[in-house]
Parts: sequence; structure tokens; C-alpha cells
Amino acid sequence: MNEQQLANANALVKERQEEVPSLPKASMTEKQVGQKRRRQPDYSEKVLAVEDLHVSFKTFGGEVQALRGVSFDLYKGETLAVVGESGCGKSVTANTIMGLIPQPPGQIKSGRILFKNRDLTKLDKAALRTVQGVDISMIFQDPMTALNPTLKIGEQLTEGLRTHQKVSKAEARKKAIELLEIVGIPNPEERLKQYPHQFSGGMRQRIVIAIALICEPELLIADEPTTALDVTIQAQILELFEEIQARTGVSIILITHDLGVVAKIADRIAVMYAGKVIEIGDKREVFYSPQHPYTKGLLASVPRLDLKEEELQPIEGTPPDLFAPPVGCPFTARCPFAMEVCERVYPGTTELSETHKVDCWLQDARAKHVFA
Amino acid sequence: MAIYIVKRFFMMIATILIIATLTFFLMHSIPGSPFDDERTSNPTIQANLEKYYKLDQPTHIQYLNYLKAIVTFDFGPSIKKPNESVNTQLARGFPISLELGLVTILVAVLSGITLGTFAALRHNGIVDYGAMAFAVIGISVPNFVLATLLIQQLAVNLQWLPPATWSSPKHMILPTLALATGPTAIIARLTRSSMLEVLTQDYMKMARAKGLSPFRIVFRHALRNALMPVVTIMGTMLAGILTGTFVIERIFAIPGMGKYFVESINNRDYPVIMGSTVFYSAFLVFMLFLVDIVYGFLDPRIKLHRKEGDA
Ligand SMILES: Nc1ncnc2c1ncn2[C@@H]1O[C@H](COP(=O)(O)OP(=O)(O)OP(=O)(O)O)[C@@H](O)[C@H]1O
Ligand code: SF4
Ligand SMILES: [Mg+2]
Repeated sequence: MNEQQLANANALVKERQEEVPSLPKASMTEKQVGQKRRRQPDYSEKVLAVEDLHVSFKTFGGEVQALRGVSFDLYKGETLAVVGESGCGKSVTANTIMGLIPQPPGQIKSGRILFKNRDLTKLDKAALRTVQGVDISMIFQDPMTALNPTLKIGEQLTEGLRTHQKVSKAEARKKAIELLEIVGIPNPEERLKQYPHQFSGGMRQRIVIAIALICEPELLIADEPTTALDVTIQAQILELFEEIQARTGVSIILITHDLGVVAKIADRIAVMYAGKVIEIGDKREVFYSPQHPYTKGLLASVPRLDLKEEELQPIEGTPPDLFAPPVGCPFTARCPFAMEVCERVYPGTTELSETHKVDCWLQDARAKHVFA
Repeated sequence: MAIYIVKRFFMMIATILIIATLTFFLMHSIPGSPFDDERTSNPTIQANLEKYYKLDQPTHIQYLNYLKAIVTFDFGPSIKKPNESVNTQLARGFPISLELGLVTILVAVLSGITLGTFAALRHNGIVDYGAMAFAVIGISVPNFVLATLLIQQLAVNLQWLPPATWSSPKHMILPTLALATGPTAIIARLTRSSMLEVLTQDYMKMARAKGLSPFRIVFRHALRNALMPVVTIMGTMLAGILTGTFVIERIFAIPGMGKYFVESINNRDYPVIMGSTVFYSAFLVFMLFLVDIVYGFLDPRIKLHRKEGDA
């Protein structure tokens, strides 16, 4: 931002200050935020750093700017929840880290994905294959379609291991049986010989998880792993995640729409909007004192037992068009606090605490003194 | 699976019986008799001949005799070539037709699948467009036209290959090309579209996420699923190719089944018509039966009714 823009921004903030209404209380109650867990993430060891990632897709209608500068870190043994409306770029983020963006039409325009001191965006396909399924694994949304219907479970479990590590068939089988036991599939030895259609949805998701774990990855990316499952099974799968994390210390990126899931197992939360991370912080920070108006809206739109139905407040309007994203804050059109500066200049990232960061003019240091 | 096979087997027998019956009555409803063109024929000789071949008996007796012939697989001698039994003719003609048919299917399946797979993997690339242009032409040009063109260009003009008969592998090239192009094109198109669909499936993404080799991803994960629809049409395609051989055989003067079959209809040579029809349809129905079983092995979900999962 240059001097002139800064001056303009300050002026605009000043102009609008009287119109800013008081912020609604939109934090969650203590009960909804999950209980303390046994395992603690190790914040001294960074596993993954995503830096200013831009990803676009060329389509007939033009270029979709799916990611427009996504940054976040991930530490050992922690669970980072990524939330946000449909189309905000959660899956694209996951797929880019995993090296699964089809190029073309996709393109990593800029940014870095640092994993173990290597920039994954710079790796060629062969080098990427030594990371995929080995160091980083992915769990997909729909267990009914994620398994190949014509291959036995045993082969689908062991093929990754047999590709990446020099293990014998017998060893791979042993490992597969062990893992099926861990993920809670009874009679694993017999089950290895069966096909996916012989398992229920919940069972299949357990198998998908087992497949993801077979090479003992350091990072697990789960893209809406429970969305396709019914509620009781959802809870079981989430418990399985916690158990696995406690056992192996794996770091998890959990993409979800479900704030209940977030409350249960996340350590930190990244809120995405229109291809950007607009707020990120410790679970408590984001749940109890959300600072971005979008985050507040998101929390306010969650059904709560202690509120009547009418008090649910869905966020009105739709996210911006990613073919021609706005230059300023993308939430401007829907934001009750929008100021003129919001529309013209993208807010910088404000660090509210060591962990809590937000992209909003309301939190900007220059705006703060205006409010004071 | 075993129950399924037994069931299919009995259905197969029933199908053959129905075809045989239809053939019998259709054959008898064609006007004329085997002795029409006999210049020397006078009513007495005709009556004697009919008596000799038991054609003077009531239809239902003839039908029963016919059924007996089917079960014992003995259709007696040909009427036109009395020194040759129907079985001898079949034994001479069928292996040649079968050879032509099998080589054609082999060529069509291998090249069709290869072409379709590469077209899908290079979706919207040059290979894709080239393969699909070929497919459109291959499907729309009838095989007898193609056969004539091939003979004209490769045999007559360029003199690279022999124009007719069936005496060496070199002689097999043109008829096989003529017969295989259509099925190749159909298989290529089908493989391509089903491969394109399979490539977008979640389990393919999962296979890539495992960091497997591209070879394994294509051949182990994609192809088997992509081939299901191809296997499904194999049955009818097989029938098409095996009957298509009749036309091609005539164009290339190949002494296969087609020759005897066409001649026998022209001559109303009843035993040969019946023998070759029943034999041929039995063969086709059996091939369809085989295709079904292969499909069952390729797609584990077919066995579903036998052993239900715990789902
Ligand atoms: N292959 C692609 N071609 C074109 N556009 C794409 C492609 N993949 C994703 N996009 C676009 O990128 C944007 C982000 O998509 P993404 O799938 O990441 O959303 P999401 O946050 O995962 O949404 P959801 O919650 O519905 O899964 C969308 O606007 C989408 O249209
Ligand atoms: S920066 Fe965006 S979110 Fe913050 S007040 Fe302005 S419009 Fe609203
Ligand atoms: Mg998604």
C-alpha cells in the first residue's frame, strides 16, 4: 500500500466511524467447545508452511482465481480446521498441497508450500510421488466412491506401501491387518479379501483412513471426512481421528462445514473466504472472540440448543465472483460494517495475538485508534 | 455364482431350441423346394426324392425328426451334394470362419482398447482427435465397401497384398482389416468415453494421492473399470462379427461357413440350412454365455446376490 492509499484509508475509516454499529455477540457457549484432550500439539515443530498461495483455473468463461493468497502454518500433532462457505477454496487448498491439482486447467500462480524444507510447488511429478501417500495422505469426503469397486480391500491397502517401501507381500499384509485393527474393522484377515461393496459406509471410511495411514504420514489432509456419514458414525470417525493422532502424533488439516466437528477436535481454526484465509487462530480465540464479521456471521448461523430457531442468522448475500474478484475486502458486499476503504483496499493482516490473525479493516491498527 | 451359471446354462438351451424351431418353420414357409431347378424333374421323380428325404411326411413328424437330428447332431447328407454330410461341410467351413472371426475380434479388441485409452489420456489432444476421426469413419463405412476399397487400393493398385482366398497369413490381412475396422471404432469410442468417466472418479484421485506409478494408475485402477461397458457389448459385437464374416467371405472368396450357408438357402438345401443355423446359433449363444461369465468375474458386484456384505 502506498502513502496515498494509506491516507485515503484513514480518511475513510474516520468518515464512517459513527455508522459502525456495536458488534453482535456471536460467540459459542463453553459447552459447545470440546473438552480438553490428552495430546498436546508441539508448537515448536513446524510441519507445513503455506505461503501466499495463488491458484487459478482456466475455464471457457475465463480464469477462476480459486486461491488468492492463502497462508498458514501447521505444527506437529495439531489439528487445523479449515472452514468456510462452499466454493471458498478449501478443497483447492487441500488438493494443491497434495499435488492433485490437474494442470491444466489448474495453475499454481505463485506462493510456496514448504514441507520438510522442500517447496512442494517446485517438485516434478516423479518427486511428488515420493511425498504423496508417504509423507502426506488424503482422506476423501465420500467413502462410497473413494474405493475402487473392482479391487480387493487388501490390494488397495497395501499397494501404496508396496510402491514406496521395499516390503514383501507378507509384511505388507501384516501391516494392513494391523491397521484394520487400529481403525476398528473386525476380522481383518478375512476382510482383506473382500471388495468395497461388502462394507458399509462407516466401515469404508475406516478403510480409507487405514489406507491413508499405511505409510505413516506426517500430515493427514481430510476433506470433509464425515459429511457423507450419518451422525453416530460421524462421532465414531472423529474419535478415531483423535485416537490416531494421540498414537502417531500426525498433524491433521480438517476441512469441514460443520462447526460442531471443529469444536470437537480442532486445535486451531482457519476461516476462508473467497480464496483467502481471513481469520486464523486458536480454537478458543476464534470461537469466543471472533474478530472478522464473516466469522461472526458464520458462528451466528450455527444452530444452538439454547436459542430458538428464529434467532438463527444466516449470512445474507453470496460470495463474490472469483472470475473477477474485488480488489478490496471480498466480504464488503455482505458486511454490515463495510466502509469505503473496504471496497477499495484489501485490509492487511492484523496480529491480535501470537496465534490470532485477522484480515479486516476494523482490526487495523489505524482503525483502532479511530474507534478509541 | 454357480447357481447363476447353471441358470444361464438352461436359458441357453432354451434359446437354442427356440431358434431351431423358428428356423424350421421359416424354412418351410419359403416357397419352393430343393428339387425345383432340377431340369429332368418330373412329378414321379420329385415324389421319389421327397420320399427319400422324408419330406413327404407330415410337418410335425418332420419337426420331430429335426429335433432328433439336433440332439444327435446328425443332419444327414446334403441334398445338393449327396456324397457330403452336413457335418462334413460344417467341419470344413466353420474352422475358417472361426479363424477369421477370432482374429478380427482380437484385432478389434486390442486396437480399440489401446486407441480409446490413449485418446482418453490425451483428452482433447491430437491423438484424441485423430482417434475419434478414425472412429467416426470406421463406424459409418460398411465393411463390404471397405473391403472393396481395400482390394482396389492395396491389392489391385499397389499389389502389396493378395486380393482373395485364404491360403496364408498374408491372405488374412485384408479380410481382417475390412471386418475389424467397424468393431475397432466402436470399441475405441466406448473405451474412450468410459475411460474419461472413470478418470474423474474419486477412486482415481485416491489412487493418485497414494503416489502410485502412472502405469499402475491407468492399468490397474482405471482400465478394468473402464472396460465394463466394453465387455457388455462384446456379446452382440461377437455375433455381429461372426455373421459379418459371411459377407466378407463372399467378397474375398473365402471357403468358410458363409459360402455353404448362402448356397444352402438359395438351393433350399434343408439339411444344410438347419444344420448350419442350429450350429451357428448354438455357438453364438454359447459365446454370449461366456461373455456373461467373464463380466461376472470382472465386476465383483455381480456376485452380490450370492453373498451379501455386512452393510
Ligand atoms: N477443476 C476446476 N476447474 C475450474 N474451477 C475450479 C476447479 N476446481 C475448483 N474450481 C473453483 O475453485 C473454487 C473453489 O473450489 P473448492 O472446491 O476449493 O471449494 P470448497 O471450499 O471446497 O467448497 P465446498 O465446501 O463446496 O467443497 C470454486 O469457485 C470452484 O468453482
Ligand atoms: S474489511 Fe471487510 S470484513 Fe472488515 S469491515 Fe471491511 S468489509 Fe467488513
Ligand atoms: Mg470442497
